[in-house]
Amino acid sequence: METMVELDGLSKHFGPFVAVDGISLTVGKGEVLGFLGPNGAGKSTTMRMVAGFLAPTAGTAKVCGHDVALDPVKVKSLLGYMAEGSPAYEDMTVRAFLTFIAEVRGLSGQAARTRIEEVVAKIKLEDVIDRSIEVLSKGYKRRVGMAQAILHDPPVLILDEPTDGLDPNQKHHVRTLIEEMAAEKAIIVSTHILEEVEAVCTRAVIIGNGRLLADGTSEELLHKLPEHNAVHIVVRADVATGAVAKLQTANGVSGVTQTTRTDGTMEIQCVADGDTEILDTVGSVLRENTIAYSQLYKNRGDLDAVFRQITAGGSTHA
Amino acid sequence: MRNLWIIAKRELYSYFTTPMAFIFIAIFVAMTGAFTFYIGRFFDRGQASLEPFFSFHPWLYLLLVPAVAMRLWSEERKSGTIEQLLTLPITTTDAVLGKFLAAWLFCGIALASTFPIWITVSYLGDPDHGVIGLSYIGSFLMAGAFLSIGACMSALTRNQIIAFIAAAAVCFIFTMSGLDLVLNFFRTWAPLFLVDVIAASSFLVRFESVTRGVMEFRDVVFFLSMIAFWLFATTVAVDAKKAA
Repeated sequence: METMVELDGLSKHFGPFVAVDGISLTVGKGEVLGFLGPNGAGKSTTMRMVAGFLAPTAGTAKVCGHDVALDPVKVKSLLGYMAEGSPAYEDMTVRAFLTFIAEVRGLSGQAARTRIEEVVAKIKLEDVIDRSIEVLSKGYKRRVGMAQAILHDPPVLILDEPTDGLDPNQKHHVRTLIEEMAAEKAIIVSTHILEEVEAVCTRAVIIGNGRLLADGTSEELLHKLPEHNAVHIVVRADVATGAVAKLQTANGVSGVTQTTRTDGTMEIQCVADGDTEILDTVGSVLRENTIAYSQLYKNRGDLDAVFRQITAGGSTHA
Repeated sequence: MRNLWIIAKRELYSYFTTPMAFIFIAIFVAMTGAFTFYIGRFFDRGQASLEPFFSFHPWLYLLLVPAVAMRLWSEERKSGTIEQLLTLPITTTDAVLGKFLAAWLFCGIALASTFPIWITVSYLGDPDHGVIGLSYIGSFLMAGAFLSIGACMSALTRNQIIAFIAAAAVCFIFTMSGLDLVLNFFRTWAPLFLVDVIAASSFLVRFESVTRGVMEFRDVVFFLSMIAFWLFATTVAVDAKKAA
């Protein structure tokens, strides 16, 4: 896999405050990397350094082999960058703004007009093309930000919270766009919406207090949870104690807990020992002992839990 | 060069899509007229000269140029568009020069809009067109120097009001620096050479000699180096402050 973005020990200090603390990672062509982390974890600062907006205090960021500190203009020309909140010149119309971006990106005349038309159709901006940006809804503003980022068809895209504040349809549209472009580009997307990581990212990193805390596919991250692969059973309260006793001795089950649900039934959680699949075991224990249950399911664990666990006690600054 | 023009064009677009440009030009023209005819007693002098017209330019610029300059960088920082601008494949210098160029051209347009007064004085008498032409050039250069100070102040704060007041204050010091009002303030503590430098950088003194028809090469150099210095300071300020 061709490496497109390479961060090595990237750090940023603001006075005594360490915003980003030695982040190293690589992103290859075809990858969509999710940047996860609580607010203030250093996601935006990291992205701003790669995009050439902030100078790193230490470490290097390279895009397609070019160091952003040494050749910022080259790096910026290879990048499509959408800043948090996609700031744009509000007094301009969408068309005038995109024309300006196209000109700075080296497209002019007919080539610029054709490309703007293509992008506008792809991003579905036709209806607002001649309106000024200040009157657009949040969803449209975000799309304008997206349009300016992909206008020059860059090999690397960096999108800072592209779906923040959008409604579910708009989120879906942005995700579809990302998926469509993924094969040809290296894309970094920051978010704190974890379902988004599962939906679009091929890999995710978790950042907390400026440090890289975890790096892997969402499946790999889920494995970090003790509850990963746990089996949940819902039974009537009167059979719960008996069931727990039987389940505790079952093979591959490392722990059993029970909680009362709001409707009076009991929910039993059997935690798996390591990566052992215990769904069948638990099922047969229940059948052998003729314990009636109303629900039986395996819990993959969710990324929210991984996120909370890894970043717990983490960042206190917003 | 290409980038400068693209950025300047975008900036000018913003001036003219809002009523700002037209209000500014209208007020500038009206005030130069009012000052020339009422305070400058243009008719009573009985001379075919635009000296009363030009002599008010430093004072008008003191008020109006900081108003043009205040939004140059403060607004970019406040609205966050500075992040959009500086992640485009341009250098900070491109951005600083491009935006300055737009503001300067805009002041040029305002200044050019006062041309009826040149026609008037030519109709009434036989003025020295060379002096008038030079005075226009001198006034334009002075506007650039005021603007570059304003651009720097604007880069230092995200608050436009502070940018305006700071720019007006610094411009005032440079306008008046040949006079005791300013020099006495520095004489108490600054070394002599600094006082001399300040005394020599008075916009008012330089501009007055220009309007009397004596534009020396060193006056041009003075205004251009003022612009270069303040724009360099602007670049430093933008880089230092952009993320704050």
